[in-house]
Amino acid sequence: MDRNQYDYEITLDGERVPVTRGETIYEVSERHRKSIPTLCYDPRLEPLGACRLCIVEIEGARNPVASCTTVAQPGMKVTTKSARLEMHRRVLMEMVGSENRDLDVDPLSGYASDEMATLLDRYDARTKRFAGSRSGTSRPDDDNPFILRDYENCISCYRCVRVCAEQEGDYAISMMNRGFETQITTEFEGLLKDSACTFCGQCIQTCPTGALADVKALANKDVPGETEKTRTVCPYCGVGCSVDVMTRDDKVVGILPAMDGPANKGALCVKGQFAFDFVSHPERLAAPLVRGDDGELHETDWDTALDRAATGFAQAAENHGRQSVYGIASGRAPHEAAYMMQRFIRGGFGTNQIDNCSRA
Amino acid sequence: MSNPLDDMEKPDVIFCIGTNMTECHPVAATRIKRAIAKGAKLIVADPRQVALAELADIHLPLRVGSDVSLLLAMAHVIARDGLVDEAFLEERTTEGTKFLDHVAEYPPEWAESITGVDAKLIEQAAQWYGAAERGAIYYTLGITEHICGVDNVQSLCNLALVTGNIGREGTGINPMRGQNNIQGAGDCGALPNNYPGFQSVLDPANQAKFAEAYGKEVDLELGPTKVQALDMCGDLIRAMIINGENTVVTDPDREHCEHALKSLDHFVVIDIFLTETAKLADVVLPATAWAETDGVCANTERRVQRLRKAVTPPGEAKPDWWIVSRIAQRMGLEGFTFNSAKEVFNELCGLSPIYAGLDWDRIERGEYLWPVPHKEHKGTPILHRGEFENGRGIFQLIEYRDPAETISPEFPVWLTTGRRLAAYHTRTQTGRSAGIDYLLSEETLEVNPSDVATWGLEDGGWCTLTSPRGSVRVKVESNKRSPPGTVFVSFSFDDVPVNVLTGGGYDPVTHTAELKVCPVRVEPSL
Repeated sequence: MDRNQYDYEITLDGERVPVTRGETIYEVSERHRKSIPTLCYDPRLEPLGACRLCIVEIEGARNPVASCTTVAQPGMKVTTKSARLEMHRRVLMEMVGSENRDLDVDPLSGYASDEMATLLDRYDARTKRFAGSRSGTSRPDDDNPFILRDYENCISCYRCVRVCAEQEGDYAISMMNRGFETQITTEFEGLLKDSACTFCGQCIQTCPTGALADVKALANKDVPGETEKTRTVCPYCGVGCSVDVMTRDDKVVGILPAMDGPANKGALCVKGQFAFDFVSHPERLAAPLVRGDDGELHETDWDTALDRAATGFAQAAENHGRQSVYGIASGRAPHEAAYMMQRFIRGGFGTNQIDNCSRA
Repeated sequence: MSNPLDDMEKPDVIFCIGTNMTECHPVAATRIKRAIAKGAKLIVADPRQVALAELADIHLPLRVGSDVSLLLAMAHVIARDGLVDEAFLEERTTEGTKFLDHVAEYPPEWAESITGVDAKLIEQAAQWYGAAERGAIYYTLGITEHICGVDNVQSLCNLALVTGNIGREGTGINPMRGQNNIQGAGDCGALPNNYPGFQSVLDPANQAKFAEAYGKEVDLELGPTKVQALDMCGDLIRAMIINGENTVVTDPDREHCEHALKSLDHFVVIDIFLTETAKLADVVLPATAWAETDGVCANTERRVQRLRKAVTPPGEAKPDWWIVSRIAQRMGLEGFTFNSAKEVFNELCGLSPIYAGLDWDRIERGEYLWPVPHKEHKGTPILHRGEFENGRGIFQLIEYRDPAETISPEFPVWLTTGRRLAAYHTRTQTGRSAGIDYLLSEETLEVNPSDVATWGLEDGGWCTLTSPRGSVRVKVESNKRSPPGTVFVSFSFDDVPVNVLTGGGYDPVTHTAELKVCPVRVEPSL
């Protein structure tokens, strides 16, 4: 941070650090790479302070406080790591770990789905020391093809409920009951389809345990190889949401929203999140086609097809004038496609017989 | 958009007109929802009770095609109630006095008689927008797909000018572009009136510049628009190449369109599927799709971003630019020896003043919004700051006119068309993605419950829609989103080819079809 732009300082693990008014201790600590553990935190959402993992010690305070909900005050002396804090955190992790059926989830489940498993390892907390009853009732009856609702792996962090309300403004899901009986549900405990859910998938992407998971991506879990990610932009509307395309074995297996996408900041809609598999649809055109004397389209090679295309334009220009050739560019293809189309018409025929599909 | 997407959370009054944003631009709509949560007031003008209208503080359910009268009356109230930004008018606009005199003739009561919206509601909306510290306008095709599309847009510009709601953070006139790179297609010069970067083809200096770049002198005259070109097929136009557009399903008056394409001597289509349009072609060339193609796109806020290849394309599919450049080479044309998307994009940047500061490597992280006139420039998130490109903002004196076709005893119902959340355009992509059918498996006609009974229809039963151009059979869905006397259907499903019906008129300037207004007859069907 630019030293000229901060408002005051606090002491963080013995070091004086600059703070902007209103910043939470967690935010300051993140900037200084303290890697305080969290489960209920999503930087896009209002902090909740529910999981208690982000506790820190403040000099003069009797008990540790949740750093995500505590605003850094001038002169505060904060300790983010101590034997006492680490013991608290380990016990908390043992408790959530004991309650869940599956401790390891396939990373195809969602963007944040490995958060709990990572912390269980970090705190060596796979002890099942508090094993007994489990909270949360899964909804295998919800047969929607996008969002798995495996609430037996839910830890009641409410990130799904909050992202649906705060990020999406849809309020499709909420929590029912309290304490161990807490259950994430929809109005009237029905299917997501019958709720205000728009299937944007944001709940999947914020879930830290894979309790909510991407059904379409998980259908590819047996595709061999490492999952690779490629940053690109969604192919649908003009908002231009950034996505990371997940691929395995040269196949698109799922989509992750780009949390740092400049236009979407992690948000997506049902099309951008789930309508990706058209690229591998068997009906994709894989070879050039030309119309034969029988009136039908037949597969051919590029040489033949390009010659046929070129000859047709040359003949039209020769017989009917250069204005007789017209090009229409796509609003779906990249710049290079549109640029080349207008270059072909202008550079090839010297006309402005060119448009794109924006008028319909 | 004059302002960036980030600005959507900053206005204190948001005016959305002719935009079904929660379905067509869902992620942008989340910004509006957050603005509301922060206390912004939302005004929505839309004939239908769309989801955005349900969130609105004021919903103005205007009759389809009556936007100009609504906007004239809003300007009237702003002038009458002393809400004009006098300083802005003085410093940055011309024809302001004439405009204020013009709108004095159009009180809300007059607009009520045309729009069907309560004059009091119109007044309240105008007062809110007029008094806003930051008022922002968002619109989509509900504004442009009319015979008076240009008039509608200019009426919105008038409102922004008269209140000084342009050129500042959280304000502006913001069209939401519908396709991932429709902005880019225009930026790149795929237009009959402009070279790349919106440089006029009528300017001899531009002609000389591109003659040198392309080695060919281009006519100093406008080309026909696509709509005009389709009318000329088989006559003046004999050969056509269409890239990635399912023209026969998306365009108005399907029969006319199919006939036009069939009458060509030579028709080439580049696409990723054998669409209804590709089936009519003489040559179909397989393109690489999204996730298979390196390239560049520009979004609705003019942000220039990279598209990246993640997987190998099927079979022999090739990038669009490769296909077109190779056709050019086969014709013996010089200067088409491109070997990468990067080469193509960098040539564009060299010829387009709005991209002059960009190149393939600089847009790696997508932080630039054009214009970016030189390499040291940081981009232009907000247009018209301080000055308009042409100097001053000019008020246009607009008059209301009826749609091309109005309801009559023979065609007594207003049909309006649009899109749905889970379908994209003609479903060439969403229709081939697993699971989407679970959310939307068929098209239905939205009919108000009171009309269902009056017209002898049944919810879930079938009906026939008839316009002067044809008939379409569709299932009835009784709900209150459409008001009595107006019905809605999307154009996404090929088995409900609604564009058989549309095409009654076109905007005289842009030639955009009046897809939002089409009088029809609705009759029960078996």
